[in-house]
Amino acid sequence: MTLLGRRVLRTEDQRFLTGRASYVDDVRAPELEGAAHVAFVRSPVASGRILDIDAGAARSMPGVVAVLTAAEVDLPPEPPVDERVHQGMARPYLAGRLVRFVGEPVAVVVAGDRATAADAAAGVAVAYEPLPAVVDVEQAAGDGVLVHAGAGTNTAARFEAGGGDGEVGGDAEELFAGCEVVVRRRLVNQRVAACPLEPRSVAAGWGDDGRLHVWSSTQTPQASRAVIETALGLPAGTVHLVAPDVGGGFGPKIGLHREDVLVCWLARTLRRPVRWTEGRTENMAAMGHGRAQVQTVTIGGRRDGTILAYRLDVLQDAGAYPRDGAILPELTGAMAAGVYDIPRVHFRARSVVTNTMSTTSYRGAGRPEATAALERAVDLFAAGAGLDPAEVRRRNLVPAGAFPHTTAVGTTYDTGDYAGALDRVLDAAGYGELRAEQARRRQAGDVVALGLGVSCYVEVTAGLRAGQETATVIVRPDGGVVVLTGTSPHGQGHATAWATIAAERLGIGPERVEVVSGDTDRVPVGGGTSGSRSLQLGGTAVHEACGRLVDAARARAGELLGAPADQVVLDGAAGRFSVGGAGGDGPTWADVAGAAGPDGLQAEAVFRAPTPTYPFGAHLAVVEVDTETGQVTLRRMVTVDDAGRVLNPLLAEGQRHGGIAQGVGQALWEEMAYDGDGVPLTADLASYAMPTAGDLPAFELVAMETPTPVNPLGAKGIGESGAIGSTPAVQNAVVDALAHLGVDHVDLPCTPERVWRAIVTARDAV
Amino acid sequence: MIPAPFEYRRAGSVDEAVRLLAEHGDDARLLAGGHSLLPALRLRQAAPAVLVDVGRLSELAYVRDLGDHLAVGALTRHCDLERSAAVAADAPLVAHAAGLVGDPQVRNRGTLGGSLAHADPAADLAVAVLALGATLVARGPAGEREIAAADFFVDRHRSALAGDEMLTEVRLPKAAGVPWSYQRVSRRAQDWATVAVAAVGAAGGSAPVVVALAGMGPVPLRASAVEQALAAGEPVSGAAAGADHGTAPPSDVLAGAGYRRHLARVLVRRALESLAEPPNLGSTAT
Ligand SMILES: Cc1cc2nc3c(=O)[nH]c(=O)nc-3n(C[C@H](O)[C@H](O)[C@H](O)COP(=O)(O)OP(=O)(O)OC[C@H]3O[C@@H](n4cnc5c(N)ncnc54)[C@H](O)[C@@H]3O)c2cc1C
Repeated sequence: MTLLGRRVLRTEDQRFLTGRASYVDDVRAPELEGAAHVAFVRSPVASGRILDIDAGAARSMPGVVAVLTAAEVDLPPEPPVDERVHQGMARPYLAGRLVRFVGEPVAVVVAGDRATAADAAAGVAVAYEPLPAVVDVEQAAGDGVLVHAGAGTNTAARFEAGGGDGEVGGDAEELFAGCEVVVRRRLVNQRVAACPLEPRSVAAGWGDDGRLHVWSSTQTPQASRAVIETALGLPAGTVHLVAPDVGGGFGPKIGLHREDVLVCWLARTLRRPVRWTEGRTENMAAMGHGRAQVQTVTIGGRRDGTILAYRLDVLQDAGAYPRDGAILPELTGAMAAGVYDIPRVHFRARSVVTNTMSTTSYRGAGRPEATAALERAVDLFAAGAGLDPAEVRRRNLVPAGAFPHTTAVGTTYDTGDYAGALDRVLDAAGYGELRAEQARRRQAGDVVALGLGVSCYVEVTAGLRAGQETATVIVRPDGGVVVLTGTSPHGQGHATAWATIAAERLGIGPERVEVVSGDTDRVPVGGGTSGSRSLQLGGTAVHEACGRLVDAARARAGELLGAPADQVVLDGAAGRFSVGGAGGDGPTWADVAGAAGPDGLQAEAVFRAPTPTYPFGAHLAVVEVDTETGQVTLRRMVTVDDAGRVLNPLLAEGQRHGGIAQGVGQALWEEMAYDGDGVPLTADLASYAMPTAGDLPAFELVAMETPTPVNPLGAKGIGESGAIGSTPAVQNAVVDALAHLGVDHVDLPCTPERVWRAIVTARDAV
Repeated sequence: MIPAPFEYRRAGSVDEAVRLLAEHGDDARLLAGGHSLLPALRLRQAAPAVLVDVGRLSELAYVRDLGDHLAVGALTRHCDLERSAAVAADAPLVAHAAGLVGDPQVRNRGTLGGSLAHADPAADLAVAVLALGATLVARGPAGEREIAAADFFVDRHRSALAGDEMLTEVRLPKAAGVPWSYQRVSRRAQDWATVAVAAVGAAGGSAPVVVALAGMGPVPLRASAVEQALAAGEPVSGAAAGADHGTAPPSDVLAGAGYRRHLARVLVRRALESLAEPPNLGSTAT
């Protein structure tokens, strides 16, 4: 019986749920014996000159090992994320002369224990001369106050895609020529915090082997090792990095943070192991934020609902020091045309620095922003044309027979059936009856309005360019299997999934498969886990390595059976080899692996995907809005998230659930807010409103599988889809609920107060 | 996320707690359920030198029927108020409000005394005891004194308790059969109220209608303008329009002052309408 497509339970969970997981802070290793603890002194001002740092009192506290400032750290500043970004905006490890955001480290304290380190950090007195700060990205775009005076501009990067008739730079009139309805809007896609349950954590110590051993809560162990080696000027191979259990990542744990590198530097400089686990407030203020775009959409078409042209202008808030966030608009641009066949699309973006924490990848990373803009725009267009938003969507979808499809911004989608997804969702939700119920309530003047929000999306997974991943599979002489994978999970369930793939291909029970990841000694090459890449790249690599292993095993078995390899057949159910599938008691996997030597039999594969994949789907949200208080209650969430062929529906649904919850969070509650002076207002979980189970209905997940030809599994990514489709569906539902009151837009997050204000503004405008 | 250093003392009795408070003066703080104090310590918003743990004083966890009122010990947990048959019968507003505090984890640990002593203007139990006209009992070195709920909340996070006093009991006048309504708007299920309204009594009934507001100023407030308007025979809609009179709501991450004023008017109107609906089993906004 095949395991593929079955709801195989997660083998990880017993360990996680019974407190036996081991996160970085739990790691006890000889190299970490007697580790000192690090605490950072962070700037309370968003922009200022450091006048004086008095660390005398802190240094003299018992148990304090060292207090270091910028002058003592001989590491060159971190260069901006890549060459497309302004090179004059580099981030120092510790701020020396100037601070540029609240939370920027200005000194580092090392002490014998964590509490002493915290007390000493609180005892470091820093005098700042406050300087003008620019917190708002639209203001920053005007260059009135410069975040990096030396750069001469706040613009960190620019991106452009598409244009009139495919030409970059088509002007507005040309783009919207022939349109009977044109709608233009400014939309805010607010800044959010990723809030992984495990905050950042790193531990580093030198071993007797002369190498630096690092444990890090990261999504990308191999890349992180390279960052440390480069930053510290160590020869390749000097750093051994382990990502143990990782308690959530959501994007900001891609790569390493300045603090992580500094901890490694301290381990070298102080010649003793050092560890750091940040607190929640520190995490929320200084790990990096997601989204943070101000978007201007212009959409035009015919009165019959045909969309002819779309323009998206993005102002991306990069934060003080450009990181991934500064280049994510490239992904927004690549996905600007969404699921629609729009003849003319033009995308322009500017990433602009502000006196806030850097923005970085966050579940979807640039693609949810594209979907949010377009899906809101389509609803605005539908309202402008006086048509039903679901109907307008259906009219403009790329038809199922048109794949591969290249959009007006030049992105080529692999496979899709967008109308199929939309229809399934509308059917499952009972769209017509819901509209009738809405009309009844409006007729009756019900205070609690009903709103339906539709969103259709397509996204790109496994990177914008073709990705690759490695796997090594070993069958030991005892018949057990070891899978070494270059992906690195932080909650996704890879141990279960990869074991299933190997078990299926080898005919060995999944309980006999051990999956190893995240240790750069055991897996020196790998891309880690981000961008919904793991199954389609890493899982495929496991699948292919297993295929090679079977071939190698057939050759071995042939030697044992005295037959040529091409006549040897593996009986998957029995786990035995025979000539021509004759059955009987031919050699087992253990026999074959044992014959190969004490290390067993091994095969490797590098899977190179020819292109990325393009998962798609449709979401429908049903909300109730109390029109007197503005309070929104999400009643239903019906979604199709087509990620190609599904290996394990249980794991896929888990990814959808979490993604939808996060996307709904962005729609209704979450916002990483700063005050006018650049002080974070929501840097703890009391003020930052992440949703909990009490706020969400049971999601209605509708199945749909449209395989991709890009990899032999037929799989696309599923990690981010939920967060991409749900935000605009819920936002559109809130606006839809209020349409009869004259409301045509409510910005994210649709808090009760914003909703109420939108109602009042619409009423006063009459 | 790591509190400043403190000395930890566990009090074995109310007398010992009071003695420790007297000994350490303003440097000491009582620790009950810890669900307001521990977050404050971790954020270093509070840094008392001595913590006096009263969390295990089971002698103060009780609900007693004393004829005309219920006596509730200060260490009674929110979850016990929520489930007590006596509270459900004679002070259903309190049972209901307790059930809306935070989430089950918070309700399993947080105490009535801690919630009131914390004196947060948005606390559900504070506005409930204010609306019911409860009497609070404090024990200090000089003995016991009674404080009317209306006099207990002095300022944001400041109560009428002296530094060496401990809240020991809350006396809830029995209100079986008296109509009540609790209306509450919060961001998420788990959040503190942005604004909440507790109303008790029946228009035209023997006792005047009492209306209390949470989240509308530095302390839980009585909506006196509403109460007076009702007493003067004004209809509900007119009376409710004055719900924010005399209030000074804050503008913070949860909401702006203008929105809070609007909420107070809407929620008071709904509360009053609900009082008038027979039979009244209480109601709440989600
Ligand atoms: C996630 C979360 C959500 C919450 N949501 C809500 C909500 O929706 N509504 C709401 O009302 N509350 C809410 N709370 C607060 C909760 O009700 C607290 O439990 C309560 O405010 C404090 O009670 P405690 O026993 O935990 O007190 P502690 O935290 O132990 O103490 C609080 C303060 O009171 C003092 N104190 C405690 N007991 C006494 C006493 N007997 N005499 C004198 N002083 C005393 C302490 O010294 C301290 O200053 C929430 C808390 C959390 C963590």
